[in-house]
Amino acid sequence: MPEHILLRHRDVPDIDQLDVYRKHGGFDSLKAVVTGKTPQEVIDIVKAAGLRGRGGAGFPTGVKWGFLSPNVFPRYVVANADESEPGTYKDREIMERNPFQFLEGVAICCYAAQAETAYVYCRGEFWDLAHDLEQKIDEMHKAGLLGERIFGTKFNLSIYVHLGAGAYICGEETALLESLEGKLGQPRLRPPFPAAEGLYAKPTVVNNVETLTNLPPILAHGVDWYRSIGTEKSPGPKIFCLSGHVEKPGNYELPLGTTFRELIYEHGGGVAGGRALKAILPAGASAPLLPATDEVLDTPMDYESVPKVGSQLGSASVIVMDETVDIAWLSQKTTNFFKHESCGKCTPCREGTFWLNNILRRINQGRAKAEDIDLLEAVAKGMTGKCLCALGEFSVMPVLSGLDLFRSDFEDHIGDGR
Amino acid sequence: MSEALVTLTIDGIEVTVPKGTLIVDAAKQAGIDIPVFCYHPKLKPVGMCRMCLVEIGRPEWDRQKNAPVLDEAGNPVIQFGANLETACTTPVGDGWVVRVESGVAQAGHKQIIEYILTSHPLDCPICDKGGECPLQNLTMEHGPGRSRFLYDEKMHLAKHVPLGELIFLDRERCIQCGRCVRFQDEIVSQPVIGFTERGRALEIVTYSNPGFDSYFSGNTTDICPVGALTTADFRFGARPWELHSTASICSHCPVGCNVMLNTRREASSDGCEVIKRVMPRQNEWVNELWICDKGRFAHHFTHSPARVTKPMVRKRGKLVEASWDEALSQAAQALKASKNLVGIAGGRASNEDLYIFRSLIEKIGGRAVLDDSLAGGDVVQQVGMGSGSNLSQLGAGDAVLVVASDLHEEAPLWWLRLKQAGDRGAKLVVANGRPTTLDAHASHVLRYAYPQAAQTVLGLLHAFTKQKALASYVKDRDVQAAGRTLAEAENLVVFYGGEGLTYSDGEALALACGALLQATGRAGQANNGLIAVWPRHNTQGAWDMGLRPEAKGLAPILKKADALCIMAADPLGDHPGLVDALQDDTFLVIQELFLTQTAQRADVVLPAASIVEREGSYTSAERRVQRTYTTLPARGETLSDWRILMLLGGKMGYEFEAGSVAEIFTEIGSVVPAYAEVSYADLAKYEEQWPEVGDEDLYFGGTAFKNHQGLGVQLPPAAERGNASEIAWKAPEPRQPKDGLLLVPIVELYDRGATVVPSEVLHPRLVAAQLRIHPGDAERIGVVNGGRVELRVNGRVEEIDARVDRDVVEGTLLLPRSLDVVVPHAAYVKVKPLRKRE
Repeated sequence: MPEHILLRHRDVPDIDQLDVYRKHGGFDSLKAVVTGKTPQEVIDIVKAAGLRGRGGAGFPTGVKWGFLSPNVFPRYVVANADESEPGTYKDREIMERNPFQFLEGVAICCYAAQAETAYVYCRGEFWDLAHDLEQKIDEMHKAGLLGERIFGTKFNLSIYVHLGAGAYICGEETALLESLEGKLGQPRLRPPFPAAEGLYAKPTVVNNVETLTNLPPILAHGVDWYRSIGTEKSPGPKIFCLSGHVEKPGNYELPLGTTFRELIYEHGGGVAGGRALKAILPAGASAPLLPATDEVLDTPMDYESVPKVGSQLGSASVIVMDETVDIAWLSQKTTNFFKHESCGKCTPCREGTFWLNNILRRINQGRAKAEDIDLLEAVAKGMTGKCLCALGEFSVMPVLSGLDLFRSDFEDHIGDGR
Repeated sequence: MSEALVTLTIDGIEVTVPKGTLIVDAAKQAGIDIPVFCYHPKLKPVGMCRMCLVEIGRPEWDRQKNAPVLDEAGNPVIQFGANLETACTTPVGDGWVVRVESGVAQAGHKQIIEYILTSHPLDCPICDKGGECPLQNLTMEHGPGRSRFLYDEKMHLAKHVPLGELIFLDRERCIQCGRCVRFQDEIVSQPVIGFTERGRALEIVTYSNPGFDSYFSGNTTDICPVGALTTADFRFGARPWELHSTASICSHCPVGCNVMLNTRREASSDGCEVIKRVMPRQNEWVNELWICDKGRFAHHFTHSPARVTKPMVRKRGKLVEASWDEALSQAAQALKASKNLVGIAGGRASNEDLYIFRSLIEKIGGRAVLDDSLAGGDVVQQVGMGSGSNLSQLGAGDAVLVVASDLHEEAPLWWLRLKQAGDRGAKLVVANGRPTTLDAHASHVLRYAYPQAAQTVLGLLHAFTKQKALASYVKDRDVQAAGRTLAEAENLVVFYGGEGLTYSDGEALALACGALLQATGRAGQANNGLIAVWPRHNTQGAWDMGLRPEAKGLAPILKKADALCIMAADPLGDHPGLVDALQDDTFLVIQELFLTQTAQRADVVLPAASIVEREGSYTSAERRVQRTYTTLPARGETLSDWRILMLLGGKMGYEFEAGSVAEIFTEIGSVVPAYAEVSYADLAKYEEQWPEVGDEDLYFGGTAFKNHQGLGVQLPPAAERGNASEIAWKAPEPRQPKDGLLLVPIVELYDRGATVVPSEVLHPRLVAAQLRIHPGDAERIGVVNGGRVELRVNGRVEEIDARVDRDVVEGTLLLPRSLDVVVPHAAYVKVKPLRKRE
């Protein structure tokens, strides 16, 4: 794409200044929506555009908005800025460098959802970012873009920034809502889903930062334009977070459907030092490993194609690993992460991640027996399908896929009858 | 309107249950026990422990035909989910097929048990829960024989964490089911414990000071599925299988909680059988599955070494032990010769004791009175709770009025059940002269200046009858609003107490409440009625047996008495100065457990059996008659009160037909109409209750005991039997405020009474011996927090420490009952600070 749609600051450096943003069409979409469309019309446009959630689940955004319980008020919109998936740093760049497009997206979403209050839930480590975001919100209030009677209509809106306290699980939407309500950040039972009973048991839309940032361009340029980018089932631009053993790690805004090969070799400069590619984690730590085969490299990165080769696109945090990476070591890194981040509410995740971490530590320290590799697999499979939320379910994917694709990496650690 | 029903199949058994029933509960009705840890039938399901995983198959649905998909045989095609699902969070669906015992589900249960046990310590040999432990039982039933976890890698956590002085936490044993936290949060609304940290480090902490500051903390040890929560009273005390269980009724307050007393004969108690712990016995009409901590921990008085166990007579000015024969003969002689005998009984005695007491006193020609200062037992007989009443049924559309009583301190289980009624939408109107703990859950809080309780209720009555004579009581907007709320309610229950009231104030209050209930037009119906918050557990029984207090107090009749026969009462201790009303040569015979102040003045002391050493029937303030069973053998030479009275009577030539509690109860029925339709055998009747507790059930509902010993019988009030008289309210006597501060005696749960102090485990929580004063008053008078003050009350001078407290209403002082300084009724007093000693 010649021009950035989401990372507009790469084309317009000072777009984080309100006047610059406005000069480049900023808040025109909001105005058009608020003065000329009904909330239902906005929902229909977003449905037609086929925008899918960019937080990892890829759920159709317009459909999610349509689940809001009718006739129940007030409604809330929550922007999920908890960005904690390993290898993910796209939302951070948006909020730091193109904040107004994100905030305009929040406002459009609020209008569609008929919400007068929105919260931006930032991960606890986003100290400075949250502070700066509050200043941007302040500027919007002063410019009449927030507050009462926006653009002279009956639409009122206030956006509040809320800091978490350092828990990955609070990126799970119901755990986020619990944390926002001042309680322990543990996921809720679903159903009910937030669209029916969310914040304070009221209908709530929880959307990812990147998802919301897509809204102003969709409303500005229309459904057909949006659908011309990406694939039929996965339209639109996506920010791919490329990291690991590449020459040029970073965020790359590309159409959905771009292949792994193009991302890694054309944009990312290829594997650092010219070494061989061994494996890819396409969705941070939360999806199975992909081997470095041609089939995989030529797979389009969209929500339909990646599952066909055995993984998920997720948040598109593409971590590249070269031949020097010991997958047993990698599994322990991811497992240790999940064990640290497990909320502890449900037995299989709380005990399972702890147990898996112990076994992997033993394996990596050379203190394990051959049976421990079978045990590792059994414990991981024992957790599958039993957890209360996705954290537990995803935590076993690097381990199981690692064993499946690179079992010898594990076996290499086993001593002789020790 | 019939409830929607759903039919499904669980392990091949067809079950039909109301829509909305959870699979785990529906399975119970099919006799299938789905294993659970975090689920508790009285708590909202959370699906945390993942133990209740089952296979759920749902009929496939053809969206295009909008009909179920059928196979060749015409049966619905059942599609099983890809994963196991939690039975505790899933409501039933029509035509579903649930598999609990299938290989897949069993593998799931086995795996979850293995996970739970990975860091669970091998404490069974020393853990109190062993033998009544759901984790043990479910491990045996569902778990693997061996764990694959390396024990050296287990998580280590603190093991003897006191959560306050009453409850101990072992964090290693905790399986993070959350039952305790959710109980305190949902049921009690006192979230004084909670989770902290996350993941494998998740642990329970207490947020309050003192720790676990809740009168219901002991219940968490019943519902904890492991030995993580134990009581300081019972831990390391005995093994559950060593314990003998006997059904009884708690004797600390008029709720009448059903309990099970667990006893064991042990060497450390000199070969005596002793009560090791008090456990709740399920009675969904009275206390559900719960008891308060006072009922749970204050049981030691029954085997206090201070118990009077032999008869005593006064010889040469001193009380010395004597034989029964000698003591009874002496007493009989004096009573027979008396011309003006007064019998004083207290509300701790059983119905049988009180009946025989009155019978004997009247046979002798004396006058039997009840030592109490709250009126209205007769009004309760007219408009008490209708048959079939259950506080658990109160909810949206219903109303409750609580006046002149601090239920949280006087009857905790009612506080708990009314708070829950409020959670379900019932309107609570709480009226008192000061803030109390129920205010936070009330829809209307009415504040009056002591003693205007009756006036407040008359103001509420105006909302129903609009009588002109009541207009003067409705000036307050809050009263008007509350009155409207009560008038709109479908059902009304009224609780009244005596805080800050004289006897005649209480009379006016009871009549006003009675008139209010009659004005609803529903007096006598279920979930409507009057409940008196009596100070003792069988005061209602005393009224029913025909005893009542002296309206003008005991002094006038004591002055004229030449002989006193006292049972289960301590009038001289409870009324300072009353001893002066006694003539020096008034003969005093008393039946008691302890050498109280009255006993110390007695000429004859007859040792009485405590509630656990005999059987008897007791009538709760909801007018449910319940019976106890003999738990322990008699201590020393003690005898049941009724038997003492019969022996005494026998010495005087009076014979009694009845020879047992059951026979006395039958005789009561022939004399007291309300008891005519209840037989002693009826008191032992029970029915199966929901939820299931104890037994084979693997402690689904906790270690509360099943109740196969009797649910008791609710006595219908006169209004239900159609012969209530019209209750006429009477205008309360206006009283001019006097000089000085109004001292109001109040009840605190952990008081320093004779039945509480012997329980050392409660000592850190006993009420402080302090007079509570408002900061403004304190400053004015020059009283400092913790300073000593001189108190001039009713012609006496007392000394006591003061506590400055913002919750005290200005112009009043609060004095907890049962301290060394006794002020029986609200009184105007003078307070001044005492100079510090040099």
